[in-house]
Amino acid sequence: MTNGKPARTSQANWLFLVPALALLAVILLIPLFVSFWLSISSPTFTLDNYISLFTDGITMTVLLRTAYTALIVTVVAFVIGYPYAYVMTRVGPGMRGLLLTIVLIPFWTSSLARNFGWLIILQDGGVLQQIAAFFGIDDFVLYGTTPGVIVAMSQVMLPFMVLPLFSALGGIDRRLLLAAQGLGSSPVKAFWKIYWPLSRAGVVSGLILVYTLSLGFYVTPALVGSRQQSQISQLLGQRMTELLDFAGGGALGTLILVITLLLVAWANRFGGSYTALGAVAGRASPTPAIIEGARER
Amino acid sequence: MTQTMTTPVEPEDALTQPFPAVGRRPGVKRRNKNDRIPLWLSVIAVVVAVYFVIPTLFVIPMSFSEARTFVFPPVGFTLDLYRDFFTPSPNASTSWIGSLGNSVLVALLTTIVATTLGTAAALGLDRLTGRLGGFARTLLMLPLVAPSIVIAVDVYMMFLQWRLVGTLQGYVLAHSVIALPFVLVSVTAALSSFDRGLLRAAAALGASPTRAFITVTMPLISRGILTGAIFAFVTSFDEVVVALFIRSPQFQTLPVLMYNSVTAEIDPTLSAASSLIVVVVTMVFLLPQIFGFVRRHRKAKK
Repeated sequence: MTNGKPARTSQANWLFLVPALALLAVILLIPLFVSFWLSISSPTFTLDNYISLFTDGITMTVLLRTAYTALIVTVVAFVIGYPYAYVMTRVGPGMRGLLLTIVLIPFWTSSLARNFGWLIILQDGGVLQQIAAFFGIDDFVLYGTTPGVIVAMSQVMLPFMVLPLFSALGGIDRRLLLAAQGLGSSPVKAFWKIYWPLSRAGVVSGLILVYTLSLGFYVTPALVGSRQQSQISQLLGQRMTELLDFAGGGALGTLILVITLLLVAWANRFGGSYTALGAVAGRASPTPAIIEGARER
Repeated sequence: MTQTMTTPVEPEDALTQPFPAVGRRPGVKRRNKNDRIPLWLSVIAVVVAVYFVIPTLFVIPMSFSEARTFVFPPVGFTLDLYRDFFTPSPNASTSWIGSLGNSVLVALLTTIVATTLGTAAALGLDRLTGRLGGFARTLLMLPLVAPSIVIAVDVYMMFLQWRLVGTLQGYVLAHSVIALPFVLVSVTAALSSFDRGLLRAAAALGASPTRAFITVTMPLISRGILTGAIFAFVTSFDEVVVALFIRSPQFQTLPVLMYNSVTAEIDPTLSAASSLIVVVVTMVFLLPQIFGFVRRHRKAKK
């Protein structure tokens, strides 16, 4: 890359950026700012809207429930996503293509279709209750409960865990493990002393990614959950559209946005400057080209 | 596998990925018993794979059911739900085929806008290495990082004022912003493997920058642009949260109608719609792979 570009070229480069930045500013930045502005200036300049988030007795309860739900979802996705990603790095090219397609097809398929599938399984008189009844459990209810939301959401979030993990684990040199075993360490010890530390950066970005996505997730809680057990995203939606409380909603939206951005910035510290953003865009890495690449190998 | 070894490896690649990600070293048998995948891991992988696929498996049989509820197992066999799906309804807020038309229109326009702006931005950012360029990139990634519910409510609030709620323009503008990062990421990835020397060679051979761009840069990054465009289309077509908030009874997209047919009034046509989307999106996803396969097959024949 030549750095000694004349200033003229640099300005031309900025011109390329103008349309995208203009669109972003008008459609996203202005609304975010106006919402923030309303939250501190309506009815007068005050922080009341923020203070009431902590004192109204509902917001904090729901926020804690959301934080807890997101935590469990993240743990579940990690516990089942890590072995899956590991196996993906170990099998032959054909099998790897198949495992990757299994991750990607639901990922590319309509999120509503998937959530509808979970509705069929979890609802009252649904598949899961029929199975439970077969084993003599009659009062098995997941629909409209937080555990039900967790079961469905973990599946919806799983690709976001598996894809960053897959790229992280794929970069680990397995010869190191063989060397450790050759020097007399047990497979378990070799894993903990060598493989796990090497995979940690990918693990952290996967964890943060799934956690931040889960915090702001709307569709699954709205379809599989219930209003009594609502999540923070539902609360925000209600406040804005049903109560038309733009100032209070603006405060809540700003709070959610700030928490999310802090988490992303924090994740950035673990794996270089753009790992977390890149990991969020880990959605973007499973392009058809990469699959073909995996096949060609 | 032998291909991997015969193709020259970039020094960087050789450092970051020795051979394990690629496969076993050719010629060396897997002798080490300790390095097999343990059975329990394979079992876990299969269970997780089933967990991945399960919800979709329940949707498709439901679409042939005669029952008017969502209770599994489906009753009888009928194509009624598909007929309902394709029958135009004068009422825009319950017309499935009408909503599908809206979705396709919004997604196509979004693809054009997001791909054009995103590709231009990626080209501009590719040459800006300064702090300001980094900040611009971070800003453009914001729609991906910000929770969609926050984007949705704030956009809704502004669109109320700008009278864009329930309009085609409103949908296209909102979806274009959401799709922008995907195009940016895929074109940036394509550009990162693009050899600048080629442009200098083109210039040395007398090509103007524009001509060099069209005849050299474009063909080489076209893959990235196409990937970005597919991403933009699918992102818009599947987008539900923002769409829910900026809908109107006169104009809404398919995901909105699907969402409402569970939450507002139960409409079993949803299962036909879901099945169709599963099939269509899978096709959109698989087509580039199939094309790639056919092309390679032809090359091999030559």
